Amino acid sequence: MSIIYKNLTTVKDPLLYLKPIKHHNIKNGSMVRIKTEDGIRTGQVLSVSREIVVIQVIEGTFGIGVGTAETEISFLDETFEIGVSREMIGRRFNGMGIPIDGGDPILPEEMRKIDGEPINPTRRAYPKDVIQTGISLFDGLNTLIRGQKLPIFTGQGLPHNKLIAQIVNNAKVRSNEPFVTIFCGIGILAESALYFQQKFEERGTTRLISFINLASDPTIERLIVPKIALTTAEFLAYKHDMHVLIVLSDMTSYAEALREVSNIKGEIPARKGFPGYMYSDLASIYERAGRIRGRKGSITQIPVVTMPNDDISHPIPDLTGYITEGQVVLSRDYHQRGIFPPIYPLASLSRLMKDAIGEGSTREDHSDVASQLYAAYNKFLQIKELESIIGSDSITLVDKKYLKFGSLFEEYFANQGETERSFEDTLNIAWNILSPLGAGELIRIKKEYIKKYFVKRR
Amino acid sequence: MNENENQKIMGKISSINGSVIKVIGFSHQSIGDMVNVSEELNIIGEIIKILDNIAVIQCYEETLGLKLNAIVTNLQYPLSMELGPGLLNSIYDGIQRPLDYIAEITGDFISRGMKVNALDREKKWKFIPSVKNGEVVREGDIIGYVQEYALRHEIMVPQGISGTITGISEGNFNIIEKICSIKNKNKIYNQKILSKWPIRIPRPYHKRMMPDQPLITGTRVFDLLFPVARGGVVAVPGGFGTGKTDLQHSLAKLADAAVIVYIGCGERGNEMADLLNSFPKLVDPKNNHPLMERTIMIANTSNMPVSAREASIFSGITMAEYFRDMGKNVLLLADSTSRWAEALRELSGRLEEMPTEGGYPAYLATRLANFYERAGLIEIIGNPKRIGSITIIGAVSPGGGDFSEPVTTNTKRFVKAFWALDPNLAYARHYPSVNWSNSYSLYDNLAEFWEENIHKGWEEYRKAINYILSREGELSSIAKLIGPENLPPEQQLIIYTADLIKEGFLIQNGFNDNDRYSSPKKTMKLIGLFLKFYNESLSLIKKNIPFFRFKELEVINSIRRARLDVNNDNLDELELLDLMLSRDLLQIHRQYAELL
Ligand SMILES: Nc1ncnc2c1ncn2[C@@H]1O[C@H](COP(=O)(O)OP(=O)(O)O)[C@@H](O)[C@H]1O
Ligand SMILES: [Mg+2]
Repeated sequence: MSIIYKNLTTVKDPLLYLKPIKHHNIKNGSMVRIKTEDGIRTGQVLSVSREIVVIQVIEGTFGIGVGTAETEISFLDETFEIGVSREMIGRRFNGMGIPIDGGDPILPEEMRKIDGEPINPTRRAYPKDVIQTGISLFDGLNTLIRGQKLPIFTGQGLPHNKLIAQIVNNAKVRSNEPFVTIFCGIGILAESALYFQQKFEERGTTRLISFINLASDPTIERLIVPKIALTTAEFLAYKHDMHVLIVLSDMTSYAEALREVSNIKGEIPARKGFPGYMYSDLASIYERAGRIRGRKGSITQIPVVTMPNDDISHPIPDLTGYITEGQVVLSRDYHQRGIFPPIYPLASLSRLMKDAIGEGSTREDHSDVASQLYAAYNKFLQIKELESIIGSDSITLVDKKYLKFGSLFEEYFANQGETERSFEDTLNIAWNILSPLGAGELIRIKKEYIKKYFVKRR
Repeated sequence: MNENENQKIMGKISSINGSVIKVIGFSHQSIGDMVNVSEELNIIGEIIKILDNIAVIQCYEETLGLKLNAIVTNLQYPLSMELGPGLLNSIYDGIQRPLDYIAEITGDFISRGMKVNALDREKKWKFIPSVKNGEVVREGDIIGYVQEYALRHEIMVPQGISGTITGISEGNFNIIEKICSIKNKNKIYNQKILSKWPIRIPRPYHKRMMPDQPLITGTRVFDLLFPVARGGVVAVPGGFGTGKTDLQHSLAKLADAAVIVYIGCGERGNEMADLLNSFPKLVDPKNNHPLMERTIMIANTSNMPVSAREASIFSGITMAEYFRDMGKNVLLLADSTSRWAEALRELSGRLEEMPTEGGYPAYLATRLANFYERAGLIEIIGNPKRIGSITIIGAVSPGGGDFSEPVTTNTKRFVKAFWALDPNLAYARHYPSVNWSNSYSLYDNLAEFWEENIHKGWEEYRKAINYILSREGELSSIAKLIGPENLPPEQQLIIYTADLIKEGFLIQNGFNDNDRYSSPKKTMKLIGLFLKFYNESLSLIKKNIPFFRFKELEVINSIRRARLDVNNDNLDELELLDLMLSRDLLQIHRQYAELL
């Protein structure tokens, strides 16, 4: 049945083109075996017609020629699958899912297609269990929820790696259910991979799986590695009842790989050269986070997105923000002023916190306090701007209270360094820094909470 | 519409490119024909182009694993909606497959090739006729009804049918049983409860009318400043996180309509889960039925097939028209129309059509019009005479939050109200983040209805707020240069009042039980307080009483937070605040009267 082709017509790295023989019923999306002088490569059918088949070669097309008898191409009957197993926990793999930690190959419990199928919306369980990261700007203002997809928007040179390592090492849920972290490196620097490895080892890597596609690895692999990682996550979460936290670093590399292939295929671009289907494509990755009714496990995603030029309206962060359930935005200004973690509260948002926080979960006053902090911090910024123009002498008494609040917010609430705080700690600090405003200004907080928690100025 | 294939028309796949395939060998083919793709996978598709005898087909399901030369069967009927009782309280994908039923068959993940009926064929409904044997009926006439939850679900004579009723009687029927016959000369039509309608063709109507009644939303900024009429069309553009979805959810819950069609078009799965979770628990205050019982949901989330996303808004509007034709007020919410436009763009790209700006096809505007023009306040065909409406409120998700992109600008041409959501307001947690200078509503003919049926003073209050907010816009930039304290007291009062209105009126917290829904009465009384403060303070300022005195009023803090503290059923508390305000202002006046 296996037909061997030697009639390549075009090679446009990383794509190969050939004409199928009559009556060969090639499958859309099927795997392709490419035998070259120096070994076997893997490809995938991108589109197929009676005139032309387009194949994407994962390892790239370097050294593949037209008219040479050495290159032999055969089509396999299946689409992309990987073997998954619980043995993978504690191990390290490359972008194709092959172990790179020197250990034995994995004996698969199961073969799974890496593309996955959409979760039926009626079967989704709405995420509502909080994860404590120990970071006030997360827990207090942008609470992370099990089953949520909450990206970190960052810029070149900002300490996102340090932040991620801190989250991965400190993340806690309130139960003792099995918890696994998957780190998926997409086009990352070898040095960053090393950094994460060391950081994670501080806490132990027995509950960690790493898939690493380095910046020097094939571009096409970047399109595959998140799918492999997510397929593994689904297996662990839905088959073995585990809670999986998956970090995708960095989705900007993924999107750029997508653009590269799209441009070579000659597709009409939408914005900044990115293909029109990038929204759907990214959604097929991000929407794999979640919970399913009647199943115990969950998949929580933290994708990292580097904003080119710190531009949040660039298509990659923009489309990501349209799909994910909020975003946590790092600020260069904070970073330069030495605030760590440099999370800019106003641009950040957790869409799923509203139903998950409060009595019985974090604390009854959480929602009101968060809302008040946002409103007050925003007002602080406006007054600060005004002050810089008209001078501090012309500022009213009330406005001065806000200036006091703002500096406390940045100094104590935000700038917590590498310390770890409980939800209680975070909320108590919040009441402390709200204190200079006086109870009358706290109009977003219910009166009963003010009575109970308001800290009078000493 | 011919459901049973009497003659098999088959062809073979000659090309597969994403969701678009080409098929050679059909002996008959028309644009709009549904097809079954591959005898192995049974994917549903629709013919969208015919080029040199080659059918170009968009597949409503993923084409991964589909084989070249696989067999495709032309089913020879257009993509149609099943219409009848059972639509309410349902959740469908973009081509009306019931998602809950699919889950029963295929489990938690959606697999391909599911052929299921949209409506239950077994369930019996009690049909109560409203016409008698021997009566002559024409198309659109109501011949009886079945009770579907709180809704009187009218059964209508289909288009093109007229004649004499025979064999009609009260009884229990499933939707495909004959409920009566309509005899015309020697032709007999067997009327069933179920009917069908192709999604791309608007259902005909008798006459379009000028929308002149407000659709009460319960959201203050809309009901007072940017109102929408029943049968109106609104676009809600905004970048991510500005509150589009939240707004749509809140309208689905609280807006005053008989039927809600909610289309989750290329958005998040969890948002649909959120609705599905909360709706059965919430009740419609008008009839104490769970909200879900007046709702049809269409969920074609971002990770579901893109062609079905394109179809979803036409599926939704077809169902909406069906209820409109019964004489109901229908509200259709589409989140987000941009995702629909992107689906169009993606398909167009695969068809290798010439793109225009942003890669969108040249027919983007035409398609948008095809959708929005199906809204309206309508006089229905048939007896008894009746009026129905479809209001469309569509979210728009402009790339980069830039309102000059093609979907936003083209949409603007077809809508009469524009609720512009503003990221800066959202950053400040000012929700709903409606920007009061970029938003507009051309439904300014609603005053009469308000004055007569709801509350006096609507027009006057609108004018007053608009004045204060627009003056504040001008003054605050001056204040930034010279400091607010250096403005004349009248101007300081404007800035101060505008801030009060923003915090105490325009902001509406969706998570607060008292604030979530603002009854028209509460809305009017609340704004009345702020305007009273403004007007009376202004007259006192003119008597040279210094401005700072008004800022120190104790009662102001209570008025600022009244939206959160005062329940719709407890508006006396607002009267009390009104009295306190009068008293405090009078006191200031007295103090100074002695001095002056
Ligand atoms: N009326 C409101 N009250 C309080 N918070 C709101 C309100 N509207 C929106 N929000 C907040 O804004 C977030 C984003 O809103 P959403 O409607 O999902 O935005 P969009 O659909 O425009 O991306 C919500 O998760 C919620 O936290
Ligand atoms: Mg939304």
